[in-house]
Amino acid sequence: MLNEKPTLKSTAKALLYLLPMLVITIIFNIYPILKSFIMSFYTKYDFFKDIVQQWGGSNFTFIFRDPDFHLAVKNTLIFVVGVVPLTVIISLVIALLLNKIKWLSGLFRTVYFLPFVTSTVAIAQVWHWIYNSDYGLLNYFLSLFGINPIAWLESPKYAMLALIIMSIWKSLGFNIVLFLVGLNNINERYYQAAEIDGANAWHQFTNVTLPLLSPITFLVSVNGVIGSFKVFDQIFALFNGTPGPSKSALTIVYYLYQKFYTEWKYGIAAASGVVLFFMILLVTLIQMWYSKKHVHY
Amino acid sequence: MKVKVAMVLRYVILVLGAIIMLMPFLWMVSTSLKTQPETVKIPPIWIPKQLQWANYIEAFKAAPFARYFVNSVLVTTVTTAGQLFTSILAAFAFSRLNFYGKNIIFVIFLGTMMVPGEMLIIPNFVTLSKFHMINTYWALIVPWLASFFTVFTLKQNFQSVPDQLYYAAKIDGATDWHFLWHVLVPISKSTITAVTVLQVIGSWNAFMWPLIVTNTENLRTLPVGLQAFTTDAGTNYALLMAASTFVILPMVILYIFLQKYIIAGISKTGLKG
Repeated sequence: MLNEKPTLKSTAKALLYLLPMLVITIIFNIYPILKSFIMSFYTKYDFFKDIVQQWGGSNFTFIFRDPDFHLAVKNTLIFVVGVVPLTVIISLVIALLLNKIKWLSGLFRTVYFLPFVTSTVAIAQVWHWIYNSDYGLLNYFLSLFGINPIAWLESPKYAMLALIIMSIWKSLGFNIVLFLVGLNNINERYYQAAEIDGANAWHQFTNVTLPLLSPITFLVSVNGVIGSFKVFDQIFALFNGTPGPSKSALTIVYYLYQKFYTEWKYGIAAASGVVLFFMILLVTLIQMWYSKKHVHY
Repeated sequence: MKVKVAMVLRYVILVLGAIIMLMPFLWMVSTSLKTQPETVKIPPIWIPKQLQWANYIEAFKAAPFARYFVNSVLVTTVTTAGQLFTSILAAFAFSRLNFYGKNIIFVIFLGTMMVPGEMLIIPNFVTLSKFHMINTYWALIVPWLASFFTVFTLKQNFQSVPDQLYYAAKIDGATDWHFLWHVLVPISKSTITAVTVLQVIGSWNAFMWPLIVTNTENLRTLPVGLQAFTTDAGTNYALLMAASTFVILPMVILYIFLQKYIIAGISKTGLKG
């Protein structure tokens, strides 16, 4: 059948198989993509009657002038830069260590991966408690080193750091799994050859492991960047439905949520979504361009 | 000697790391079993004098968690089953049938995977309001009944099944439908389990969408209900930790039993999020 040319009959049949998926994705994935772009130009919109009274680009001029949106972009970038590189490095180190041991390796993998399966909202409550300035576990540990209590969640200076620490903790496991797959795929012979050539452990790492692992590193970084650009649940849960003290954890998706859900400004919210889309696209393209030069497939 | 030191060092780092990873969970369970005065003791106590199991009962009764639980189970089950059904059918068409527009359709869908889901929330909310589905179970379920990510994963797997099997089934007089459900699906059991478990975890933990499309207590899922409960619980951390524990626990149990499939699923696809 696969070698056969498509016919009207086979097309009709395929359409029947595709139909349930097509109906749902067209209504809830494809149409809304186009609709978001269109909605970002609604400047006067009656949601209840679904009537657009005015069109224009003023939503974009609004957000580009809105100090809150500037803050949201800035915070999102800080979050991405704070989370992604550290997550990549830590998970690579853990994966390298796990790859070298046999005893208890399974147990370690289970433990490191555990945060991935847990509800962000639920575990954020736990972190909220850990970060408690008076009775929290973290300040207690810091006090053992003579560090004064820090108002992790109340001080605008530390709120983003608290968010970043929790997010790194949550995302390590997923990346460790991917790195382990990558390490597993490296043929033992490369190391044997390197050994014969007299390469020490560090040279083996920089000249064999890292280059051969680069596709996975690339995948992990892209995933991490895209995921971090869309951060929302953690913020909502950690700061009890606020974007942090003095908006110190206001991100683009949080901005979108506020404009849409609490202020009912659909056009502005849609415009911020469009900006998010282009930012993610741009960063992904840059990463792809970079990987062409530096990733060895 | 040097080799031994390196080995010990590896274990030391891994154990330290594991302690950090486990700490929040241990702290959660520990706090959930304390009396309120015990929760604010400095230095903190890890094992309460008397385990306050009653906290769990109290937390469970303090908010309609039973209802949230039922909602979460219902939404997760229906979403996952529905998504699996639509995806298996579509993956079959993409992997075994030839039809006009196949490549174009496939590329368009691949492209949609690039779009951040958060962007779609606004138009989807408007669409569902038109269908009068906001604040109903439909809103929680219907938009998630198809996932191109799942289609893509299953398609890859279906393609790895040798064509000969398909021709053999055809010669034996099997219809496509029969071949799909009696040959292809059973053969792909492990991949199907993997995508199912990943989907279950995703649905169970979903927060933003259920938060936006529900506004009555009766329809809240566990994460949304837990978030609402934080306001009621206030500083009663023992109760809050008990409630968090029973939101987290079902997925932890699922994970421990199906770990193999989850890890395999991520390794194979690596692209969810």
